[in-house]
Amino acid sequence: MIYFNNVSKFYKDATALDNVTLTVVAGEFVSIVGHSGAGKTTLTKMILADENPTEGTVFFESINVHNLKNNDLTKLRQRIGVVFQDFKLLPNKTAYENIAFAMEAVGKTDEEIASDVPHVLELVDLSHRLQHFPGQMSGGEQQRLAIARAIINQPELIIADEPTGNLDPINTHEIVQILKKINDLGTTVILTTHNRAVIDSVGKRVVTMERGKIIRDSKHNK
Amino acid sequence: MMTELKRIIKAGFINFTRGGLVSFAAVLVVTITLSVITFIVLLQAVLYFSLDQIKDKVDVTIYFTVGAPEVKIILLKDSLLKLPEVKDVTYTSAEEALKLFRERHKNDYSTIAALDEIGTNPLGAYLNVKAKEISQYESIANFMKGDNALVLGAESIIDKINYHQNKLVIDRLNAIIAGAQKLGFLITLLSIVIAIIITFNTIRLTIFVAREEIGVMRLVGASKMRVRGPFMIEGVIYGIIATFATLILFWPATAYFGRNMTDFLGLNLYDYYTSNFLQIFAIILSSGILLGVFSSFLAVRKYLNK
Repeated sequence: MIYFNNVSKFYKDATALDNVTLTVVAGEFVSIVGHSGAGKTTLTKMILADENPTEGTVFFESINVHNLKNNDLTKLRQRIGVVFQDFKLLPNKTAYENIAFAMEAVGKTDEEIASDVPHVLELVDLSHRLQHFPGQMSGGEQQRLAIARAIINQPELIIADEPTGNLDPINTHEIVQILKKINDLGTTVILTTHNRAVIDSVGKRVVTMERGKIIRDSKHNK
Repeated sequence: MMTELKRIIKAGFINFTRGGLVSFAAVLVVTITLSVITFIVLLQAVLYFSLDQIKDKVDVTIYFTVGAPEVKIILLKDSLLKLPEVKDVTYTSAEEALKLFRERHKNDYSTIAALDEIGTNPLGAYLNVKAKEISQYESIANFMKGDNALVLGAESIIDKINYHQNKLVIDRLNAIIAGAQKLGFLITLLSIVIAIIITFNTIRLTIFVAREEIGVMRLVGASKMRVRGPFMIEGVIYGIIATFATLILFWPATAYFGRNMTDFLGLNLYDYYTSNFLQIFAIILSSGILLGVFSSFLAVRKYLNK
């Protein structure tokens, strides 16, 4: 489904990715682990074409994502759900509106929005927060809201970039369980983290990165 | 498409109301800009009114010799009227000139007595010529001097033309008027440019606050128009509210000027404001909306690269 072909990313005085080759098959749950600055986030940004590689190519199915024109890039992003460490919710929109916005982006009707949003908020246990703004919610709740937004359009891929980085162990556990459940339903999940406990509780394929390189991939070491 | 537009408009209104102080600040700055524009519109009106009045005071008078035949004078008047530079020519006959003279000097007994003593009318008829532009008086005067076929034979009946006496004053006035118009235009241009830059920067700041949001919207898969649209609608709202605020502010301001400064300005600003209200409203509203929409459009563009 996703194919990184000898991808490198160099900044002025730093190397974010160094000749990375990685394949993710549809339906997989891949955890990318590494210290801060190992290149995990750069790797996920490449899939969204939020960063351009200095060398190499990134394919989403048969599409070279960095060759996409604006409209096609918008369409590609609509097929991917993203969860960030700092949630990246829209602060001036309520929980309901945050999710409705993602649905509006893909052209869902008002009726679909009205019926699906309460449903997904119930899934992440936020029914009571429908009309609250992100600023009025706890970190765990905000992250659950971000996950609800990521899955509302039934994406083919979920990218969760350090989703538990700002959460306590109880909330971390909840988020990991939600992501596993999403994966069980058939969605591919790429999770980045520096937390060993998270990797252990997921128990799926682990790719270890260090200084921009993949130094270990459990898929090949099995 | 219609749903998209409806959502964009709705989002613009919601963003505006939730913007609180930021929205208020933006409206305030647009109001200041529109006030500058309105002020300039009124200032131009005063300037042009004064200049027109001054221009109207300038004329050239052709005095004819005593007893010059009226037919010839009328013939000259007609040929003068044919000149493209001439706006108007008024004929004052010798009798009328005398009547006006008596009227003007009715308290000056010795002059009136001297006039009665002469018995006959010592005054000649005259033509009062008004040009369309002050700069054209010279060519009219030259036309009279020249041996043009139209004025052939007129020379013998012309006593004097007062242009040459007034030339210095006319030239100076001409220079002052041209300078005032140029200066007025420059000040207008400069003020408007400054106002636009200030407004643009304020709106840019309001959007700078939302730059991360713009990035998130794009990552969630929103189209550029879906991200940019609500900001542009907000720009329209700034423009409309600021227009009404400006027009309401200028109501009492022009009323004050109309009551207290009409003699000084030569123009009742309140009357001007109310009689040209629709035009001013159209200028201010279109400036406000254009300013808001365009500033938003440009400011968002910076964060829409991806």
